[in-house]
Amino acid sequence: MLVTSAREPDQAALRQVIAAGDYYIGRVAAGHALRILDLEGNQAADTLFYNASDPTERYSAMDTIREQGNVYLTAGSVLRSNGNRPMLEIVADTCGRHDTLGGACATESNTVRYDLEKRCMHACRDSWMLAVTEHPEFGICKRDISHNINFFMNVPVTTEGGLTFEDGISAPGKYVELVALMDVVVLISNCPQLNNPCNGYNPTPVELLVWDH
Amino acid sequence: MEHAEYVTELAAGSHWSLRMRRGTRMTLTDLEGGANVGMLFYNPESLLERYNAPDTLKCQHTFRLTRGHCLYSDMGRIFASIIEDSIGWHETVCGNSHPDQVAARWGGRDYQQDRNDWHQNGHDAFLVELAKYGLGRADLAANLNLFSKVVTDADGNLQRITDHSPAGSRVTLRFEMDTLVLLHTCPHPLDRSAAYPARPVQVSLGVAEPVAADDYCRNFRPENRRGFANNALYHLGQG
Repeated sequence: MLVTSAREPDQAALRQVIAAGDYYIGRVAAGHALRILDLEGNQAADTLFYNASDPTERYSAMDTIREQGNVYLTAGSVLRSNGNRPMLEIVADTCGRHDTLGGACATESNTVRYDLEKRCMHACRDSWMLAVTEHPEFGICKRDISHNINFFMNVPVTTEGGLTFEDGISAPGKYVELVALMDVVVLISNCPQLNNPCNGYNPTPVELLVWDH
Repeated sequence: MEHAEYVTELAAGSHWSLRMRRGTRMTLTDLEGGANVGMLFYNPESLLERYNAPDTLKCQHTFRLTRGHCLYSDMGRIFASIIEDSIGWHETVCGNSHPDQVAARWGGRDYQQDRNDWHQNGHDAFLVELAKYGLGRADLAANLNLFSKVVTDADGNLQRITDHSPAGSRVTLRFEMDTLVLLHTCPHPLDRSAAYPARPVQVSLGVAEPVAADDYCRNFRPENRRGFANNALYHLGQG
């Protein structure tokens, strides 16, 4: 569902460009809004959310898709935790569909998907590993790294039970915006994958905007 | 069926965990029809390595799981292969029933009245088994729901298929590395049956035939050959 936002970028409390292949980790308070902006188009943003006061409570793809009865995320989707509680709501979306089935790339899964000798190519999970190691103040470790959201990624499920990876439906300037329903920590890997069309074979920056209203 | 070393029956609403050695197999039989088996895998040598549903689905380009599919860890290794399957579809995206949902649908969990027929839920069942190994909520991952089928339409709407698993349905896993298996027989979270669906499951354990060069699962997709290569590297020097 396409919904635009009335929030003005020049009123944002935080504007942070996340370079291709880099990460962002930070807090977003309850009631505040965050937007992920696809600056150059076809860029996957692999995203996890945690309860800021107890990171063992985190975004749960299973609880989210089961409770909304749909496997895709868009405006109106309520992101639920592994305690089946609402964490954030998607309030605007100019892309129309985001994936939460495909998970993140990792150097280990790259060996299976592409080639055993691609194990040393940069991957989302390595960005997350660096993020949680450089920022121990959030209390997040490898066991908390789980089934994420791929904003701007298009992974259709077929009626026969197949899973397909299609070219992105995002484009320069498209965005997704969420309002936090609890104090959360957001952890984003701006996906470095070079082996499939999720980034158009060309990783580019995204921008994170946070409003305190 | 090959010779089984051990056969047991898990009552409905139960949970169990056990370590399966590399080269063993587990056959689950839906004794009455309509069962659901929630299942998770961990590496007993490093409990941080666990079943990864997204990696399993995307590397085999599938939403459903059936014979030929391998069940991957987050480290690019194969915990288990599905070597036999009589029903063609098992799901791994809907997670577990929660206590408040079970209570709202079928009444709360009342041990004094119901004893071991109490209305257990999948979420708590896993928490109990996780805690036995020093694990907790942080270690939960998207689980398998064996014998359960959910489909989507073109818009992504999810639907659980009722009457998917007739009595006698069977699925067999062959373990490709030592694996800590957690399982429960609690209802699927999208089961809307009028009464708490109490379905027992038979568990049969034995030693698997060696994996041959022309093994169906290993050759099901090129990705699976690479997954088996990762397992071989992990077992280097073990013979």
